[in-house]
Amino acid sequence: MATTTHEPPRVERIGGSSGSGWRNLVPPATRNLRSVQDRSGEPAKTGVWVGLAAITMSFAAFTSAMVVRQGTAPDWRHLALPHILYLNTAILLASSVTLELSRRHIATYMGGLRLSAQYPARWLYITLFLGVLFVAGQYAAWLQLRSQGWYVATNPSSSFFYVFTWIHAMHVLGGLGGLVAVISKLRRGVLRRSTLDATSHYWHFMDALWLYLLFLLITKF
Amino acid sequence: MHDTAVHATHHGPPTSFIRKHIFSVDHKVIGKQYYALGLFSVLVGMVLSWIMRLHLVWPNFAIPGLGLLSPAGAPGGVVTPEYYLQLMTMHGTLMVFFVLTNVPFAGFGNYFLPIQIGADDMAFPRFNMMSFWVTFVGACFLFAAFFVGDGPPLAGWTAYAPLSTLGKITGPGEDVGQTLWAISIGIFCIGQLLGSLNFIATTLDLRTKGMTFMRMPLCTWAWFITSCIGLLAFAVLLPACILMILDRVAGTSFFIPGGLVVNDQLQPHSGGSPLLWQHLFWFFGHPEVYIAILPAAGIVSHILVNSYRRPLLSHKVVIYSMMAIGFLSYMVWGHHMFVSGMNPVSALAFSFPTLVITIPATILTLIWVGSLYGSKLRINSASLFALGFVSMFVAGGVSGFFLAQPSIDIYLHATYFVVGHFHMVMGVAAIFGMFAGTYFWFPKMTGRMMNETLGKAHFWFTFVGAYCIFMPFHYLGLAGNVRRYSTFVDDFMGPLMPVHKFISIAALCTGAVQLIFLYNLLHSRFWGKPASANPWEGTSLEWSTSSPPPWDNFGGKHPVVYHDPYQYGIESSTGDYVMQDSPEQIQTVRDDKKLTP
Repeated sequence: MATTTHEPPRVERIGGSSGSGWRNLVPPATRNLRSVQDRSGEPAKTGVWVGLAAITMSFAAFTSAMVVRQGTAPDWRHLALPHILYLNTAILLASSVTLELSRRHIATYMGGLRLSAQYPARWLYITLFLGVLFVAGQYAAWLQLRSQGWYVATNPSSSFFYVFTWIHAMHVLGGLGGLVAVISKLRRGVLRRSTLDATSHYWHFMDALWLYLLFLLITKF
Repeated sequence: MHDTAVHATHHGPPTSFIRKHIFSVDHKVIGKQYYALGLFSVLVGMVLSWIMRLHLVWPNFAIPGLGLLSPAGAPGGVVTPEYYLQLMTMHGTLMVFFVLTNVPFAGFGNYFLPIQIGADDMAFPRFNMMSFWVTFVGACFLFAAFFVGDGPPLAGWTAYAPLSTLGKITGPGEDVGQTLWAISIGIFCIGQLLGSLNFIATTLDLRTKGMTFMRMPLCTWAWFITSCIGLLAFAVLLPACILMILDRVAGTSFFIPGGLVVNDQLQPHSGGSPLLWQHLFWFFGHPEVYIAILPAAGIVSHILVNSYRRPLLSHKVVIYSMMAIGFLSYMVWGHHMFVSGMNPVSALAFSFPTLVITIPATILTLIWVGSLYGSKLRINSASLFALGFVSMFVAGGVSGFFLAQPSIDIYLHATYFVVGHFHMVMGVAAIFGMFAGTYFWFPKMTGRMMNETLGKAHFWFTFVGAYCIFMPFHYLGLAGNVRRYSTFVDDFMGPLMPVHKFISIAALCTGAVQLIFLYNLLHSRFWGKPASANPWEGTSLEWSTSSPPPWDNFGGKHPVVYHDPYQYGIESSTGDYVMQDSPEQIQTVRDDKKLTP
């Protein structure tokens, strides 16, 4: 049984700590409340912030490991970063811009302000493409370093380089999975604003994280 | 392109066996799965401790069948010193990760947190399913270590580098076994991170109408605080495991120092820092202690207040104390490293917050004990184990005062005093919390009552047994008995053997007593007396729904909460309590002074 409404859902939320039971404000079409909860967006937003807190903590641990390792041992040879990384950085930053454009585009579309919008997913596809390009660019950087004889165990600097870039790339791939899910939901007409927002928060965070990692890798402490 | 729209689709409860019992997204099934995994792990861990205790006092005793499991480690069933360490490592890892973390936090938390806040599931049910199955895969990797190469690792549950990072040359089990260990724990971290994320989002977003933060039951609070601790702690252990795996398989030198000679062979590593592993590990490891104990403390608070039939002296102070413990847990990891060559000033800096932790811990204890005044204590298996928890928490916690001070710790470090301390305060106390939770919530989880007589017998044997095992550990430690030795046959420690014999016999007996529990659990599951919805006359939301709850917890309704969680000791239409979702006005103004004994 499925009911389709053309109004995008608007979930209002009462004050922060009041235990407002905000789901109850979405009248269930059937008496089944789990389906309502599945559709509810708020936990997605909370969840993404909590997830980002965990990721921040992990990279804080990696950072402290790198600072300690760099500072306590004489065997550190600083790694000259491949130039392609700067191009990748530009690509990733551009993808954030296109995602933001798409978010606003879709927000206008979902708010019913511009019903004539033909391709709300267009900017999402471009973001997806740029994201894939970034990962490919990172792969090219690994190949380049390998051809220069910098392997993961060559020096602690290259060990940390590979660990940082590899784990960041894994997180970006996760973000790409999120984008694919958003596009699929948009196409099926079941996208929630909070899902889109959560995905874009995550994506922008990956941007900021990359800038931070780049700074760490360039700097010699 | 479709219009953006909402589909409200009716999902019935899952019907196929696999979706219902195995790959279920229902938080109740997942909670039971965690419990079952924990139960299996605790049985294996206990058998391992038996083998160790047998070997310690009868070093030449051949354990039947052990030779088949490990022909090299226990030829003819006689444990070698290396195999002793391997058993010890597996015992510690299984107990800390797959029992103490899994059951009171992930097991009971999954089952009861959504119900207690009036939600019909976790915020992310599929993540929830994933978190269990990821943990399960982690457990498989760990158990696999028994059957590969020359057996499980021997570096201890703390896996100190470089012993844990150099590979085969450092001993049996350090080849494949230790790699499996690191992978297992890394995977376990991912499972716990997913679980913690879910707990936090659920508590913040899915509370039902009227369920303010201060109206959440104490165990919900404990699970929430624990998930905040776990989120940050496991997020540090995961990178540490990744670096360890790289050191082991990719030849990097994160934790391995240069110029290291093992068995006359120079190791091809340079510049790594073994202390870095210790810092990363204990930054996780100390909060882990509270990940094990706080949920148990929450469960025990929840049960005690129900058995006392009066509110605790202060609901809020319990919450704030648990928060303070959680916060302080991140500032004390260095107290595990007093003998690592640490600057005495740093040692002092870690010693001070460690001693400060005793303040909220003492407040909790005083509230649990002080609230007995004016209570109408109901003695049953659950309340006995809850009181037993308080006893263990105090008895094990007191030795923490000594260990927190560097000058004393230098003498006591790596002795049985430390082993006694953490077994009582973290191990046995948390396990008592689990037993209390099991006896208390079993009717809700299965719809059947457990046998009270067997439960009480189980309590008294276990309570006395646990003291007989772990109290003498402190004495041994003070006498200078070092830990991790597989035999004590020399002149120095030989005279302590009678104490060891006493401990081993007590351990075998106390372990055997657990069969009573196991029998009670399985028998009651199928043939126990049917349970009513609210057999303990509790007030929180889990008692508002049927036993066991329907698949969406409240049968399509959402409870609305009107009261604080523990409205006991008042006059009402139901007796001496008012349930949280009862719209009944409370006539008596609750004032603790009016509650005369």
